[in-house]
Amino acid sequence: MSEDVYVVGIDMIKFGRFPERSVPNLAAESALLALDDAGLKIQDIQALWSGNLGQAGAMVGQRMLQEIGQTGIPVVNVANACATGATAFRDAWMSVKAGVYDLVMAVGAEQMGKGLLGGGGGGKGIPKEGLLGSGLMPAVFAEAGHEHSAKYGTTFEQFAKVSVKNHHHSTLNPKAMYQKETPLEMVMGSEMIAYPNTKLMCSVNVDGSAAAVIASEKKAKELGLMDRAVRIKASALASDPWQERDLVMPDVNTCTRIAVKSAYEQAGCGPDDIDLVELHDCFATAEILHYENLGLCGDGEAGKMIDEGATALGGKTPVNVSGGLLSKGHPLGATGIANIYEVSTHLRGEAGKRQVEGARMGMTHVIGLGSACAIHILEKV
Amino acid sequence: MAEEAQPLPVVSYLKLPENGDPYLEGQKCGSCGSIFLGEREVCSKCGTRGSFDAVKLSNQGKLYVYSIVHRSFPGIEVPYVSAIVDLDGGGTVKGNLIGIDPDPEKIQFGMPVEVVYQDALGRKDREGNSYISYFFQPANG
Repeated sequence: MSEDVYVVGIDMIKFGRFPERSVPNLAAESALLALDDAGLKIQDIQALWSGNLGQAGAMVGQRMLQEIGQTGIPVVNVANACATGATAFRDAWMSVKAGVYDLVMAVGAEQMGKGLLGGGGGGKGIPKEGLLGSGLMPAVFAEAGHEHSAKYGTTFEQFAKVSVKNHHHSTLNPKAMYQKETPLEMVMGSEMIAYPNTKLMCSVNVDGSAAAVIASEKKAKELGLMDRAVRIKASALASDPWQERDLVMPDVNTCTRIAVKSAYEQAGCGPDDIDLVELHDCFATAEILHYENLGLCGDGEAGKMIDEGATALGGKTPVNVSGGLLSKGHPLGATGIANIYEVSTHLRGEAGKRQVEGARMGMTHVIGLGSACAIHILEKV
Repeated sequence: MAEEAQPLPVVSYLKLPENGDPYLEGQKCGSCGSIFLGEREVCSKCGTRGSFDAVKLSNQGKLYVYSIVHRSFPGIEVPYVSAIVDLDGGGTVKGNLIGIDPDPEKIQFGMPVEVVYQDALGRKDREGNSYISYFFQPANG
């Protein structure tokens, strides 16, 4: 078996709206922060994976190096829907795991407009949105949530509680877009976008970036970076297998289940060993589905899990203590690495007021429609 | 005087026979029986190539899931009910559920619906062609 691989430097910028800046410039800021976190220079980095979706054809990784140091290293630009950042991280990890390099960087950055995503349709003829149902993301994930409601009776109120929890968590995270409490009445009473998702149950479109420096065990020891290193116990990626309703209904469940099975096998652990999870709460409805997909509870028990507060800070398995995509924000290409930053920060015991006490092992999960699911399990050294 | 152009189908799998009622057409894999919408060469379930039969899909089905869309792109009238319907005998399609209040109290998972064919909400393409679309409505008993 090849040696373990570690995160030795990681950081993110506070998510927000920076229309006057460029994507490479946003990426550069977190790349420098991650290098500082490890006490390294760009000249130390042997290869770069750069995740961005909105400008996937525009060589964001190279343009970032033009801002912080052009060293001639290999650069790979990665696009994989909302799993973009996590995929860049995974590819960087793979290169070290394979022994090709021993010190590399993954960065994810995105600049988002405001407004609705999805529903573009395209093709010939006339626009199909609002004619053949809806392809808008709030509706697509409302329908995914309603599949759970149809099977298990999950209610609008239970979905809304996810948003109450994650907004509460974000009040403890200075890097989140928002730090605002949103009581249940406020969440349920905010503008209805696509029932049962209200405006406060939709993730926030923000700009942001996050970056990680990844090293082999030998290299981390050589550089004296093992004290704050975080072990990458598992890295899994799955696409969507064939499903009966595929043609009209993206299946976010099965590819998550495939990825998590592989992740638990790689890590040699199970859901009970996981002390915190950052999962893909692009909409409040989605979080409920993933409690079960990730094995945090049995099938049909997710509604009970949110009711009992088991996924709140202080509960059995805190989920999205960063505030999640719902309140921290969701800059598509940055999200996957920002999740890894959050879990790593807890494993290092540096999460301040939102610290999950005694956290030893954590999981990150993202899913991009199309579909791509990436899961990482990280462990305190 | 030029003859008025006939309306076009909104998607390739909506068929408008000259003599007969509109219907939705599925492509059924000859090997594993999976049903697809629109023509294709290879079955993405079993990988079999070039073995599809066109099948007429049922106009009866059951509502699987839905969402009530209250905010959409400018110019699109809201609210509307986006619905995913499992057709009797196979095939799942997505469309607008009409003829029912856009109210979660009124819409039941699993309720029987039927497929109806109407003008595509007045939408026309750049050439001025009008279109026929399919919709779902609650089945009458």
